[in-house]
Amino acid sequence: MSKRIDVADLNVYYGKFRAVEDVTMTIEPRSVTAFIGPSGCGKSTFLRTLNRMHEVIPGAYVEGTVTMDGENLYGPGVDPVRVRRQIGMVFQRPNPFPTMSIKENVLAGVTLNNRRMSASDKEELVERSLRGANLWEEVKNRLGLPGSGLSGGQQQRLCIARAIAMAPDVLLMDEPCSALDPISTLAIEDLIGELKANYTVVIVTHNMQQAARVSDTTAFFNIAGTGAPGKLIEMDHTEKIFHNPSQKATEDYITGRFG
Amino acid sequence: MTTVATTKTTLSSLTGGELPRWTPWAVLAAAQALGLVVLGTANLAGAIVSGVVLYLVTIAALSGVVEGRRKATDRLVTSLVVAAFVIATVPLVSVTWTALSLGLRRFDAVFFTHSMAGVVGEGGGALHAIIGTLLITLAATVISVPIGLMTSIYLVEYGRGPLARVITFFVDVMTGIPSIVAGLFAYALFSMMFGPGHRSGISGAVALSVLMIPVVVRSSEEMLRIVPNELREAAYALGVPKWLTIVKVVLPTCIAGIMTGVVLAIARVIGETAPLLLTAGYIANMNYNLFADRMTTLPLFVFTTYRNSGGTDVTDLDRAWAGSLVLILIVLALNLAARLIARYFAPKTGR
Ligand SMILES: Nc1ncnc2c1ncn2[C@@H]1O[C@H](COP(=O)(O)OP(=O)(O)OP(=O)(O)O)[C@@H](O)[C@H]1O
Ligand SMILES: [Mg+2]
Repeated sequence: MSKRIDVADLNVYYGKFRAVEDVTMTIEPRSVTAFIGPSGCGKSTFLRTLNRMHEVIPGAYVEGTVTMDGENLYGPGVDPVRVRRQIGMVFQRPNPFPTMSIKENVLAGVTLNNRRMSASDKEELVERSLRGANLWEEVKNRLGLPGSGLSGGQQQRLCIARAIAMAPDVLLMDEPCSALDPISTLAIEDLIGELKANYTVVIVTHNMQQAARVSDTTAFFNIAGTGAPGKLIEMDHTEKIFHNPSQKATEDYITGRFG
Repeated sequence: MTTVATTKTTLSSLTGGELPRWTPWAVLAAAQALGLVVLGTANLAGAIVSGVVLYLVTIAALSGVVEGRRKATDRLVTSLVVAAFVIATVPLVSVTWTALSLGLRRFDAVFFTHSMAGVVGEGGGALHAIIGTLLITLAATVISVPIGLMTSIYLVEYGRGPLARVITFFVDVMTGIPSIVAGLFAYALFSMMFGPGHRSGISGAVALSVLMIPVVVRSSEEMLRIVPNELREAAYALGVPKWLTIVKVVLPTCIAGIMTGVVLAIARVIGETAPLLLTAGYIANMNYNLFADRMTTLPLFVFTTYRNSGGTDVTDLDRAWAGSLVLILIVLALNLAARLIARYFAPKTGR
């Protein structure tokens, strides 16, 4: 569990358009790394290359290497499906499967992959994952009801439960709280704090306070102008980024003097 | 007209003049009565039509004077829309009424338990045609649904570039194929394989599939496209391979819509006559075998019995109407089934 990710000279393209240019960074295990930066600077794009989710978009490809504990994710013969089983992802908008109950949603990673599991193991996995996502107490009496019947914040935590039920090494979250109210956001921030004990967590956020609250390391991305590729400006301990950034652009952005 | 006068006097900046609610009905009744009086009951249709025209003119003028231009236009267009709706329902009501009143004469046990084998004069039934319709349509469905569904899955989930565009184009072309051409195609195909003049239920089913496949492709394609990409991504992010994502996430999410589309496609081809005339033919006897010999379907039964009647023989005419009624009921049942399926299989929100 919990692995270290090294990215070297990564460029991401959508067809001819280069969306992200020359990113090199190290993401530490058992910590929370936050990506911040203006809209369109390629945070989501870059995040998706960490578990090869960009490949579902036609025309998208990368140059460079991403290694997880020394294994190159883009090496020859690497199966993206296996990569995604080890690197889970939570999306901006909660997306529980509408045809499945709460319980089935948590077990989706098992059942959709046609994996066999005894009923008692399933029960245990459901409870463990839902407890892990801070949702168990709220739904334990209605596990058989549709997942889409939950509130937005509960749905997002259900999606987190679904992701951690796969026991990934790394958990990527793309603006997981942007559709949620402050209370649900707080619940998820607490959860992220707990998750870092076992996982490598990467979170994209537009909320500076959130980045400051939950992350250990912060990476600031910026873009020179429309049509230009996004770049990693600086990456450092969150404390340092927010109090004493080494780049002018970072300081301007976090103090709201951007643009 | 006292109400009108009072409303006029209380005009303020916000309240306009307003006709009493019963005005349109009163005007309509008066206009119709006038039409009947002038043209008489002999020319009933003419009287009703001129009554409607008179009504349109009167209500627009009246409203224009009392309520102003905007309301007058509103009333005129409302009346026109309602009139169009009534005109559109006239054939429907008429067909339903005729099929029911004439079809019920032979809607008896004998009709549903006998074929036309050896029947001269009274009696006989359409069991062979009902069985034929069910078998041929079932075979057409069995052929069309896998092909149509897989084509749409290809187009939505995999298709990129020229091949997908070519397929889409040909599906569009196929949608417009006249049914007789589909019949000729199946006839030619089977004649090539089994010799000229070949007749069988299965060749009819093939002809119907040619008509059905594009409908199934189109409706399933639409349904597959409605499934949000987020669900596919959610599955991919769990490490689910693409084909399992399609089978276990995408299809279950839209299965209700796909099944509804299939049922409606069946309803669309079950009444086809021309292609079956060329392929399955007509026979008076029972035939349960799709792969040998002629097979009668309900539309052909109706067509043949009507032709045999020469337009006058009441025994044959009654059979034809009863056959039509059965066909209408089957289509009705299919449409009902489509609604039930849509309701039963739709994803539940549980709120
Ligand atoms: N599917 C796509 N095809 C082509 N270009 C894309 C696609 N997705 C994103 N882009 C482009 O890539 C660039 C980076 O987009 P991305 O979504 O990664 O930004 P972001 O930093 O996540 O922004 P936000 O904060 O608004 O979510 C943008 O210029 C965007 O237009
Ligand atoms: Mg984004």
